[in-house]
Amino acid sequence: MGLAEILEQHKGAIVNKWFQTVIETYPQDTARFLKNRKDQFANPVGSTTLRGLQGLFDSLFTDLNREQIIGYLDPIIRIRAVQDFTPSQALAFIFELKTILRKRINQALDDKNARRACDQLESRIDIIGLIAFDIYMQCRETIFSLRTNDEHRKTLQTFKRAKLIVEDSDVQPNLKSVT
Amino acid sequence: MSDLLTPEEMKANLDYHTPHSGWMNTPVNIRKGMYCYASNPKSVETLGLPNARKWNPMEEDWELPENWQQILHEGFKERLERFRSIKVFMDICVRCGACSDKCHFFIGTGDPKNMPVLRAELLRSVYRNDFTRFGKIFGKLAGARPMTANVLKEWWYYLFQCTECRRCSLFCPYGIDTAEITIFGRELLNLLGLNIDWIATPVANCYRTGNHLGIQPHAYKDMLDFFVDDIEDITGLRLEPNFNKKGADILFITPSGDVFADPGTYTCMGYMMLFHYLKEKYGLDVTWSTYASEGGNFGFFTAHEVMKRLNAKMYAEAKRLGVKWILGGECGHMWRVIHQYMDTMNGPADFLEEPVSPITGTKFENAKSTKMVHITEFTADLIKHNKLELDPSRNDHLKVTFHDSCNPSRGMGMFEEPRYVIKNVCNHFYDMPRNTIKEQTFCCGSGSGLNAGEDMELRMMGGLPRANAVRHVHEKHGVNILANVCAVDRAALPALMEYWVPEVDVTGTTELVANALLMPGEKKRTTDLRSEPLPGMEEEADE
Ligand code: SF4
Ligand code: SF4
Repeated sequence: MGLAEILEQHKGAIVNKWFQTVIETYPQDTARFLKNRKDQFANPVGSTTLRGLQGLFDSLFTDLNREQIIGYLDPIIRIRAVQDFTPSQALAFIFELKTILRKRINQALDDKNARRACDQLESRIDIIGLIAFDIYMQCRETIFSLRTNDEHRKTLQTFKRAKLIVEDSDVQPNLKSVT
Repeated sequence: MSDLLTPEEMKANLDYHTPHSGWMNTPVNIRKGMYCYASNPKSVETLGLPNARKWNPMEEDWELPENWQQILHEGFKERLERFRSIKVFMDICVRCGACSDKCHFFIGTGDPKNMPVLRAELLRSVYRNDFTRFGKIFGKLAGARPMTANVLKEWWYYLFQCTECRRCSLFCPYGIDTAEITIFGRELLNLLGLNIDWIATPVANCYRTGNHLGIQPHAYKDMLDFFVDDIEDITGLRLEPNFNKKGADILFITPSGDVFADPGTYTCMGYMMLFHYLKEKYGLDVTWSTYASEGGNFGFFTAHEVMKRLNAKMYAEAKRLGVKWILGGECGHMWRVIHQYMDTMNGPADFLEEPVSPITGTKFENAKSTKMVHITEFTADLIKHNKLELDPSRNDHLKVTFHDSCNPSRGMGMFEEPRYVIKNVCNHFYDMPRNTIKEQTFCCGSGSGLNAGEDMELRMMGGLPRANAVRHVHEKHGVNILANVCAVDRAALPALMEYWVPEVDVTGTTELVANALLMPGEKKRTTDLRSEPLPGMEEEADE
């Protein structure tokens, strides 16, 4: 059996295993929820992740198109870029696909052609990984700019400059209850 | 081969897997981006709250008063006697887990301590230890643990990762309201001076000057005058809003966010235009107040006493001006305070009349006791009775969806009125999926005083379920604007959209009404309230 057929045949199992590795980066109770709750609105993290991984896996076998890859990859990275992960923890799942693939296709690797095809697949995974760095950085930059430019802070500054806000007052209010 | 680690080895080293220890043995890890700065001692002092001091959540020592455990124990005890609900909530949870995956913070962060049941367990474990025989004897086996500095830190961290939205309570078979537990827990933390500054300083400002921003009366008026100029540019009409007018029919109170921050300012212009219309057509006399210049009530996120103090000023002003009743703007938690707490705190406001619309004769039965009517109900009633002339095609460039804010929806049951109003002033409306709206609505992730800048990661994760549903209607129907009836939403959702669905903008509902409103004597409008060209008017608008 050639590599393509093997992968085609095992696609479901490979993507599931990959998904499992990603959700294992969360605490046990959370992983259970991410896996079992199927409603995409009740479980956006699990459903977005699964959808993205399926798309990424398929894109390995088509002509790599950066925009398409971003389409699948961005929603996953966007979530992991704000969750409690270091950058490497957030992105490691991409490279773990190599291990999963290797285990699956071990027997086919005796064949020279298959080995070449496998190498090619692995460099495609590397490309996905590199794109992931770009997305991750862009997400973090958005967070930083949101933090500093938070709109109402800006307006507040304007008010202060216009001396429309008094920060201290010696006069203490004396509010009596209405009733 | 080099000595670099393989990805798997790296993974093993980094230990991605959160320890599989029980939650009590998993220590709290306070992370940047997830918490708001500690309260400024000056603000705490202004409010006369105890233990004002400088402290930093990231430091080991929180400079607690020496007898802090005793203060907490006594505070807990006193409140168990005072609030029967808390005592019941402490006792009856069967840990069935129905609430556990319903919180937007759990869904977004994946942190099990954000499961509502565990959030409540943080307090319940100490309750068992301090107040139940079973807990005293069996300790950890009975889910009890003593109050230590680490437990306190855990309380603080997770009680400020709850927006008091009540979504979880909807799913609890016993009706346990974790929001009430958070409110109670934050009140206890305030006994130790452990508030956040995004709450404490607005509350101090409001206490002193009448609004969260500390805007003084003349500046408040200046801002509205500034809107008068803008409205004149758009409509050709010069409005004359009333300020502090004694004997007016109605006092209008809205969150100060509408007066100072985009896009709330457009909603504010919308109110002004609506009142002008009603004055010209029906002689309705509405006044603004430069003293009761805040509808919001961050006191609600501090302590019951503080909430009461801030709420009282609105009624004091209504009494002083001698109006018939109060009309309230588009706000979230202001309505929860009015609807759930006002009556027992400061009510009944017998010196006001039971609200009746002078234009349609509709009696607002739900506001019979509090004497305060929501602007969206008021407008829906006007539209229902054909009292507004509207041209919805002016909003044809907008594909609208509606975010139910937690408080007006779950807190007071207002589901249909905003939709009715929007459908009458816009031609393109698309609701989000059923399990993300109305009573099941997902919070914006920034409510209850958490809409600061420094906790942006927390806000983005908490808002993820909401944004995810917005993305769905954006992709399916081309939705490009997210309407709401809450000032915190108008402040918080633009950032949320920018991160998750940048193609979608945010608007208040009255802004949409004013866009469509055909005002007597107005010039041909070429732009909307944001000075953007109306559909088909691109060339005229340039002139
Ligand atoms: S009240 Fe809202 S934020 Fe708080 S625990 Fe319940 S669902 Fe979560
Ligand atoms: S749903 Fe109610 S009873 Fe069940 S765990 Fe949650 S709070 Fe407890």
